[in-house]
Amino acid sequence: MNFQTPTGMNRRHFMRHMAGASALAGSAIAMGQTLKANATTLSKNRKAAILLWMGGGPSTMDIWDLKPGANTGGPFKPISTNGDVEICEHMPMMAQNMDKMSIVRCMSTREADHMRGRYYMHTGYVPNPNVKHPSYGSVVAHELADTRPDLEIPPFISIGGNSEGPGFLGMSWAPFSVNSSGQVRNLDMGIAPDRLTQRMQALKMMESGFIKDNRGISSTEHAKVLEKTLSLMTSQQMDAFKVDQESSAVRERYGTTGFGRGCLMARRLVETGVPFVEVSLGGWDNHQNIFPTLQNTKLPELDKAMSALMEDLGERGMLDDVAVIWMGEFSRTPRINGNNGRDHWARSWSAVVGGAGMNSGIAVGQTNEDGTRVEGTSYSSEDLMATVCRSLGISLDTTFTSLNGRPMKIANGGRVIKELVS
Amino acid sequence: MKFNSKSLSNKSFHLCIRSAFAFVLTFYFASPVFAQLQTVSTTKSSISSDDSTVEQINLLVEQVWQDYELKPSRMATDGEWCRRVFLDIIGRVPSVEEATAFIESREDDKKKKLVDSLLYDDKYTEEFARNWTTVWTNLLIGRTGGNDRRSMINRAGMQKFLRDSFAREKPYDKMCHELVTATGTTTPGDKDFNGATNFLIDKVNEENASLATAATTRIFMGLQVQCTQCHNHPFNDWKQQKYWETNAFFRQVRAFGNAMQARDGGVARLADQDFAGEARNGDEEAEIFYEMRNGLVSVAYPVFIDGTEIDRSGLVNVVNRRKAFADMMIESPYFDKSIANRMWAHFMGYGFTSPVDDLGPHNAPKNPELLNFLAREFRATEFDMRRLMGWIALSKPYQLSSRRQGGNESDDPMLGEWPKFSHFYIRQMEAEQLYESLLIATEASNRGSYEEQERRKNRWLGQFSQAFGTDEGQESTSFNGTIPQVLMMFNGEMIKEAISTEQGTLINRLATSGKSYNKCVDHLFLAGLTRKPTSQEKRLAANFLSARGNDAREALRDVWWVVLNTNEFIFNH
Repeated sequence: MNFQTPTGMNRRHFMRHMAGASALAGSAIAMGQTLKANATTLSKNRKAAILLWMGGGPSTMDIWDLKPGANTGGPFKPISTNGDVEICEHMPMMAQNMDKMSIVRCMSTREADHMRGRYYMHTGYVPNPNVKHPSYGSVVAHELADTRPDLEIPPFISIGGNSEGPGFLGMSWAPFSVNSSGQVRNLDMGIAPDRLTQRMQALKMMESGFIKDNRGISSTEHAKVLEKTLSLMTSQQMDAFKVDQESSAVRERYGTTGFGRGCLMARRLVETGVPFVEVSLGGWDNHQNIFPTLQNTKLPELDKAMSALMEDLGERGMLDDVAVIWMGEFSRTPRINGNNGRDHWARSWSAVVGGAGMNSGIAVGQTNEDGTRVEGTSYSSEDLMATVCRSLGISLDTTFTSLNGRPMKIANGGRVIKELVS
Repeated sequence: MKFNSKSLSNKSFHLCIRSAFAFVLTFYFASPVFAQLQTVSTTKSSISSDDSTVEQINLLVEQVWQDYELKPSRMATDGEWCRRVFLDIIGRVPSVEEATAFIESREDDKKKKLVDSLLYDDKYTEEFARNWTTVWTNLLIGRTGGNDRRSMINRAGMQKFLRDSFAREKPYDKMCHELVTATGTTTPGDKDFNGATNFLIDKVNEENASLATAATTRIFMGLQVQCTQCHNHPFNDWKQQKYWETNAFFRQVRAFGNAMQARDGGVARLADQDFAGEARNGDEEAEIFYEMRNGLVSVAYPVFIDGTEIDRSGLVNVVNRRKAFADMMIESPYFDKSIANRMWAHFMGYGFTSPVDDLGPHNAPKNPELLNFLAREFRATEFDMRRLMGWIALSKPYQLSSRRQGGNESDDPMLGEWPKFSHFYIRQMEAEQLYESLLIATEASNRGSYEEQERRKNRWLGQFSQAFGTDEGQESTSFNGTIPQVLMMFNGEMIKEAISTEQGTLINRLATSGKSYNKCVDHLFLAGLTRKPTSQEKRLAANFLSARGNDAREALRDVWWVVLNTNEFIFNH
């Protein structure tokens, strides 16, 4: 091996990054031109999804499917919106944006344990000790990554939470998790580019020695993650994480909360070409004092950020391409418990989706008068995902092969929710 | 050397209770207090007498290889096995001196001697206790337990209890009994301090102690009852009635101190309390009600999982329900199987069930003969965890190479196959193992008091852990081989320090030692990978030397950076 003529990892690719990151002005200009040249290609491939993940299981009958007057109904009143649906009075800003989203009021699932529900709603599969299924973020990233040859940052980014893993697709499709400040730690090695190149080459050589010893998949995954890390370390696209570059007016519109910053970051990331972004808002596991918690804390934060995101995507003309999904692992019991809270409930609840050409402003399906069951057709995690995949232009015939050789249909063979796509 | 555990634990208890000075407790394990305590040791202990147990383990594993026509991998090299056994027993890689001594030893029983030394030698007691305290703290209260503002858990208190238990060879049954029945306060230094209370302190007040019910049965018995709380679960034979009958054991306990801030030194108390029953008709028949999915309400009293009923009284002085539960728990066959399975998984990477903490009837273990054997033998030792550890560490499957060879590629749990242990399964080090290993490998000096060390480590670990924000305190880690972890190993503070050339660093000491460049490179490979460099790797090191204009110090920094970043360093293999 000789350091004078480095080969191995894609040197041209790498040096272009280095040029962008360092003070080599000439190359930096060249890079700007490359980006411009790519602008047309990029515009064709702007499909993306933003998942607003409500960890803990939000009470959807207090937000999207109110039952005023029912003994399960709780104190909140419905208000009309600019769509053909009513929502909770404590979501006034979203009420002005319901023309951009639809409520699926007939979600019915079977997993009412946090971890199981979380896994199921992220993958379309129930947990299985022998197979780790890829999360929707990993699937979408995997399917759309080829359409973004110039994306230098990870194609699946999770803000404010760790999302679910890549399963059998491998660690290189894992979510890249950042907190809502957007600060990515440990980015700078502080050495000259050629020295970094030499270290990386030596590292690759040593890694391959270990891999060649036939020790299984996990040894090879590390090498792939090294490549992705290097790409990110030297990329100008990392600016997408810097929400502070937005005007204060924009930042205030989204709200100066973690979730607000996360939603704004999601928009910047999608603009940069990231195909899947998840933004987490926790604190929905309201076993006690649910109504004051929702009214004073959770709903104002959600309302502000979510409505800002929808407005912003609309104003930027991105809604035709970008799907937005709002959901948690399940919802909460219609029955109000002795602590003025609601417990876990998966049998009848709502998810909210919009954008990427899906029909908007409507309610799909319905629950009965006290919210305890779905009336008529119900939908599941798989169905919701199949609908989103279709809207992103991902074929529902796509099949993966798990590590043990079993074929697995994308979105676990879910049915497209026809009310959203006709 | 083995502690005389009885006299020592009495003495230590005494010390805890009498001491009015928080700092005595705080620095309990820092020398010299700790060193003084160690002089009480008397009898020499060893697991050498357990050869027949190890042989039986080997036979039961080999039976599976025969049944599935698997040819096991070759034995691991001395260096590989030595690295493993240090990582798994005391939570870090061996130092250059330790590794060299073992590799160069010509004694036939050097493996036994090393395992004995790691388990019983005074010089490893602190690290042994630290490692298992880490494992059990994460198990009992999670990686984020006690870090949340609302939490009553005092993490240091939990760790103190576990450290005492592991350092003093407390039998496993006693340790678990204490955790399940604990009363007292959470915070070291308080006069009623009992660190064991931290296990349940956040789990009893809300939702009718459902967290206490789920955690106790899952951790100590490998039974997952939480899914049956609301309904009879389709994939789980435990019925809803069973859940509430189990839950009834945890309704006689209460945590006090809700408004206080554990993080700011607040003290919470866990206490037994008479339970009047939900109908409140007096304490004699203290019942609980639960709602079935069809809307009907049913009643439950404390009944153990095997059907044993206890007095229905809710009065603590008539029957202490937690104590009754703990007594029966220890006698239950799920109790020994659960720890045998967990301990096997700790060393081997996989247990006999997946997940490791689900031994329910719907999830039958693979190789039940071996699991039952381990469980029975462990019980026969009166729950001596060191013996169990020693058997597994000296068993044949643990000594196999992680290199797969013609005939056993199919034995890969990553492919959804159940593990047959015909080769060692490689796995990433845990975050804590990596941290301690970096300190050893870089020969970091001046580490400060035990408390300072733990504080620094917790800060570092904090960057990887994330709670999901559910009431059940579930969490995930980004220390899982993804980009943030690689970035940390590329450029993090610890790595920057490790490859720094400042006074006192390993690189500086090597460069000024007068050793040849090649010898220094050998040292770095031994320190990080417990082996010497191959000829190709030597050439690579030589390339660095010329690229740095023959500046050995700078070239060694490059070599060290590469060694620490390889999969071979970050994997237990």
